[in-house]
Amino acid sequence: MVKHETHQEHSHSYSIYILVWLALMALTAITVAVAGMNIGRYTIATALIIASFKAYLVLTIFMHLRSESKTFVVFVIVAILFLGISFVLLFSDYSFH
Amino acid sequence: MSSTEHIAGTHVHRDDVGSRMGMWLFLFTELILFGGMFILYSVYRFQYADEFHLAAKELNTIMGAFNTAVLLTSSLTMVLAIIAIQRDQKVLSILMQLITIFLALFFLVNKYFEWTAKFHHGIYPGSEELLSKSSGEILFFGLYYVMTGLHGVHVIVGMVLIAVMTRMTRKDIITKDSYVRLENAGLYWHLVDIIWIFLFPLFYLIT
Repeated sequence: MVKHETHQEHSHSYSIYILVWLALMALTAITVAVAGMNIGRYTIATALIIASFKAYLVLTIFMHLRSESKTFVVFVIVAILFLGISFVLLFSDYSFH
Repeated sequence: MSSTEHIAGTHVHRDDVGSRMGMWLFLFTELILFGGMFILYSVYRFQYADEFHLAAKELNTIMGAFNTAVLLTSSLTMVLAIIAIQRDQKVLSILMQLITIFLALFFLVNKYFEWTAKFHHGIYPGSEELLSKSSGEILFFGLYYVMTGLHGVHVIVGMVLIAVMTRMTRKDIITKDSYVRLENAGLYWHLVDIIWIFLFPLFYLIT
């Protein structure tokens, strides 16, 4: 029932979603602009940081993780962590070959 | 995905939280599916950095950025469809779902033109033109076709899923008091959006 109430609470505003959408569009424009500049090896780092922030906005606001119970948040963090571990292990293996 | 519903008299038992959690668990398997490909991409990009830069020049950044905007907007309309049904605005919800499907279709049409333009330049898997290039470039285009192709398949699945939801909304199966199916379709759609958020800079923005 508590869940139901928080959902109700959220349904009152369209504006937050419009704002997040505007932020996502602005970030897309920024990432394209940054790629056009010549900042060498920082290009990919900037692109990935912006992409991660966009994904964070979609997860928390559009996918309602902000208003879900802690269990959901822990699940998502663990899933992303395991993907991160795969990346780290593979790259550490790859760089010592 | 389907919520268990027992109608005993007027009392309805169902577990919306459990239903959403089931959807999230499915989304994690999708994360691993695409994650594996992103790992493959990053290793090859590391190995063939210069070839990847060269090959990426063939991609149309404007087209990619435009398609990003289309998908982000479709995510917004999907969220608005859910709020509309929560507010008991059935017609508005259906309209928002239809706009989402239309934007998804628009994305695919752009993708179609993008791919055909590549095909005209002789760049497609196994083509003579492509095989005459360096191995790094062949890998770049191989990954490009597989990853955007698989993403495209997910867009098609999402469109079908949302179309089913629209029908359910029209038939009052999805209502103000029972909209978890629409929420789950929304979760799937946002995941497709997130995958594109990463695909776009990795393929289109390496110049």
